[in-house]
Amino acid sequence: MSIKVEVPTILRSLTDGAKAVEGEGTDLAGLFVDLDARYPGIRDRLVEDGALRRFVNVYLNDEDVRFLASLATPLTAGDVVTILPAVAGGAV
Amino acid sequence: MLVIRRDLIELILEHARKDHPDEACGVVVGPAGSDCPLRFVPMENAARSATFYEFDSAALLRLYREMDSRGEEPIVIYHSHTATPAYPSRTDISYASEPNAHYVLVTTREREPEADDAEVRSFRIRDGIVSEEQVRIV
Repeated sequence: MSIKVEVPTILRSLTDGAKAVEGEGTDLAGLFVDLDARYPGIRDRLVEDGALRRFVNVYLNDEDVRFLASLATPLTAGDVVTILPAVAGGAV
Repeated sequence: MLVIRRDLIELILEHARKDHPDEACGVVVGPAGSDCPLRFVPMENAARSATFYEFDSAALLRLYREMDSRGEEPIVIYHSHTATPAYPSRTDISYASEPNAHYVLVTTREREPEADDAEVRSFRIRDGIVSEEQVRIV
């Protein structure tokens, strides 16, 4: 089963410049392991200590996965996963 | 160097003053690859904080979808500091994720009339390295 993954500019150095790639997995954690096999280093940019990195937003079919089950969010064929780095900062 | 129209700078400053004492944030987008900021898009600071800003995640996705469909990209990513100079903080640097964008900072802190620190400054932030650049207002 194939999941479409939309890749932000800052991670395209890991996907040979591709804006979108295909991956497989029954949940988001599995998808990132699958992607990392072909695009080494990408999982580390998304996952830290077994949780989604704070400054990365991941959407499943346009829904923020933090409002679903985060890395345990189940996936089905045809799903679209979008990765966007948070736009954030502050004075301290 | 950032080249930007005066009215866009005025809009950024107006937004920053309106949201003070919270930090204000947003983007000025333009055609991808043009390095030309054209369309002012103020964003809501989901953190509603005097010391932190974050684009709301749903609004962020809508913004990127809209830019994609129009062939645009964020040329300027701006935010305000409310009590400190317009210089990137450690947090700003660690979160910066658009190597091609101009990070514009403005400050709304009270300044002495003769203060020589600028109210509007622009930076590139790449791989954790900050480099200030000239701002040319046209």
